[in-house]
Amino acid sequence: MTVFIIRRLMQSVIVVLVMSFIVFVGVNIVGDPVEMMISDEATQEEREKVIKSMGLDQPWHVQYGHFVQGVAQGDLGKSFVYGEPALKIIVQRIPATFELALAALVMAVVIGIPLGVYSGLKPDGRLSKAIMAGSILGFSLPTFWVGLMFIMVFAVMLGWLPSTGRGDAVPFLGIDVSFLTMDGLSHLFLPALNLALFKISMVIRLARAGTREVALQDYIKFARAKGLSMRRVVLVHLMKNIMIPVVTVLGLEFGGLIAFSVVTETVFAWPGMGKLIIDSIQSLDRPVIVAYLMITVLIFVIINLVVDVLYSILDPRVRLQDVKS
Amino acid sequence: MHFCKSLAAASVAAVSLMAPAAFAQTLTIGLGTEPTSIDPHYHNLGPNNQIAAHIFSRLVEQDHLQRLTPGLALSWKAIDDTTWEFKLRKGVKFHDGSDFDADDVLFSMDRGANHPNAKASFKLYSHGGGKEFIKVDSHTVHVKTPKPYPLMATDLSNVHIVSSGAKGKWEGEFNNGNQTFGTGPYKFVKWVKGEVLEFERNEAYWGDKPHWQKVIIKPIKSSPSRLAALLAGDVDFIDQVPTVDVAKLKKNAKISLSQGVSNRVIYLHLDQHRDPTPFAKGQDGKDIKNPFKDVRVRRAISKAISRDLIIDRVMEGVAIKAGQLLPDGFFGRSDKLKPEAYDPEGAKKLLAEAGYPNGFVTTLHGPNDRYINDAKIVEAIAQMLTRVGIKTTPDTMPKSVYFKRAKNNGPKKPPEFSFILVGWGSGTGEPSSPLRSLLATYNKEKGWGAANRGLHSNPKMDEVLEKALASVGDDKRAALLAQATEIAIGEDVGIIPLHYQVNTWAAKKGLKYQARTDERTVAFGVKPE
Repeated sequence: MTVFIIRRLMQSVIVVLVMSFIVFVGVNIVGDPVEMMISDEATQEEREKVIKSMGLDQPWHVQYGHFVQGVAQGDLGKSFVYGEPALKIIVQRIPATFELALAALVMAVVIGIPLGVYSGLKPDGRLSKAIMAGSILGFSLPTFWVGLMFIMVFAVMLGWLPSTGRGDAVPFLGIDVSFLTMDGLSHLFLPALNLALFKISMVIRLARAGTREVALQDYIKFARAKGLSMRRVVLVHLMKNIMIPVVTVLGLEFGGLIAFSVVTETVFAWPGMGKLIIDSIQSLDRPVIVAYLMITVLIFVIINLVVDVLYSILDPRVRLQDVKS
Repeated sequence: MHFCKSLAAASVAAVSLMAPAAFAQTLTIGLGTEPTSIDPHYHNLGPNNQIAAHIFSRLVEQDHLQRLTPGLALSWKAIDDTTWEFKLRKGVKFHDGSDFDADDVLFSMDRGANHPNAKASFKLYSHGGGKEFIKVDSHTVHVKTPKPYPLMATDLSNVHIVSSGAKGKWEGEFNNGNQTFGTGPYKFVKWVKGEVLEFERNEAYWGDKPHWQKVIIKPIKSSPSRLAALLAGDVDFIDQVPTVDVAKLKKNAKISLSQGVSNRVIYLHLDQHRDPTPFAKGQDGKDIKNPFKDVRVRRAISKAISRDLIIDRVMEGVAIKAGQLLPDGFFGRSDKLKPEAYDPEGAKKLLAEAGYPNGFVTTLHGPNDRYINDAKIVEAIAQMLTRVGIKTTPDTMPKSVYFKRAKNNGPKKPPEFSFILVGWGSGTGEPSSPLRSLLATYNKEKGWGAANRGLHSNPKMDEVLEKALASVGDDKRAALLAQATEIAIGEDVGIIPLHYQVNTWAAKKGLKYQARTDERTVAFGVKPE
């Protein structure tokens, strides 16, 4: 397993490097950051000074060379807009986004699995049909619309929850988290639910399909014949076997939740990474875009690795060494 | 679902428990923009300057109509042709308790021009025209220029004064509050990027004390979310209300709106340099000589556009039609120029006279995320022009792409486009800045024509503008600036002005905002009714 993990990590370094090259070239084709940044009234001389200070007077391959040199020393470049290291700006935003993504993930599991298993066990029941119809809505309604509706209903009309922003944060294990305060939780609830809605629907469907398949297997019949309680059959024998697809998909989706919760973060003015990347794209803050995507790739690689390890724990038939071939 | 319910119930309880904790003296603002730094010399940009105005003062302040009023300088006058004298206010203290004097002025002017990390520096204002600052005594400063320089006070109304204790300290020390000491109405408390910005009242402020003791600013970029935050009562006051919501909000008894015309004019540039120009073809698709070089064609385009219709339908009535660079009430504006009246027949006649009885084919380019309703304006104009025979295709794109392609690098590297929509806000509150940047002949040495994307050029206008920029007497300068505008827009149609943007702010009932022409949103402008 150690060999497997080392090999994987080495592969991921190559992936990150290739990615940085593609993104670097890509963002250099689009737009002119100086035009975005400079004041209208600037003179030609002023403009040239700024171009020079950002190193944009060099051809792109020279710029890329400087960038790679910096990366080798752990420096991902300075943000054009804020003038601070791009890495620092992104890292500052990570706790907010992680918190939101984790809350959404927890909601997806806690709400999705029981509903999915229930509708898998009683596929023809009325409640099951209602759950399945609801999951179609969860899939098909656009996130930004649902987000705005949440705000309209729960914040504007009912006044139960705050409309936007992040609540009071307190330090926890050295990072600022908001889910430990009531104010923080009340701010977290709507955006997390908004982000989770799609995932809940997906988990319901996966759990239902898995349940229907597993429920007919011989070992379930045997367990019931043996006289085990329904509770034990479902919670131990059935659950364990439907978890593999759910863990795989949730693992991958978690990466997506962290990296691309752009819409939810924008609608709820959540100060996370998704909002940062969209702001950076709009202002053509190239160093932040490149650094952000590199970190995203890294997150995906790590999550995939964790999923693979989890597999081997959930299903003893999976041997990690096999992947090598 | 039980989990959801109990969480929701708990949150409701929490919210209602916290309600009494909110202070009546606190103002919470939902802002559509966020500054890139709190350092007032780091980035000369609207969102930064409006935040800096809370913490820092300037020698000369601009009021809500951009008229000059005394700031840290009590008075100023030209003591000879090339020297201005500024008498400084006495007894003013920075937020850290240190005294304000002439050394801080000299230091701030130098820092504004030479900030090593500046994204857009203040050099144009602090050192433009070859200014040299001389300390006469602790509260008198002389500014010398090689030539007479009438815009002195206007220029200095753009440079914020910081304490000379900030020597060698740059934006990082300002963003975290270590060195964020000004003499303005508010003291800096904290800034968490993307999340919140907090101020508290400066009880020792030299001017009128602001009403709010504490100010919390939350950046909410998405317009519907910002409005929802106001309606939900999470914020007391928002800026940049979208034009589509204005009519509905006017009927809402819980909301009070403030509107005011801005210094931003939306206009069209036409390529008056290249021949042929890339985006003008004959009806048969073949190259023709550049029609935009003919003043009759430019005037025909102006006549073919119904400004009333654009304002009524596209802008929902929230704009004022334009015939020059600045709206009513500004210094140096011409009384003779009126918005061109809609006259499609006259336009056709002019086109025929110019040798285009059947019109021609062109493309109007514009941004779609920069000005209020910009893409819709481009589409409307394209239809109006097509009706008089100029077959126009609208083409809009995000500003990040648009401004690179519309960039003017002088006659050798003109913009990619021939016919474009742009806007211009006059930070100085008078027409010399747009005349110099948009309409004066491109001249890198003088810094003229930097944003002249149509490469318009008229030596006669340049000459009048040159004279205006050297006239110290206000009346004479105003007359010359008006004359330059009349030549550039009235006679030459160098650009085609469309309308002035009107900005809308919304507050909860009982609060009123004094609308500003410089589009700034400032906490000290919000007062109880």
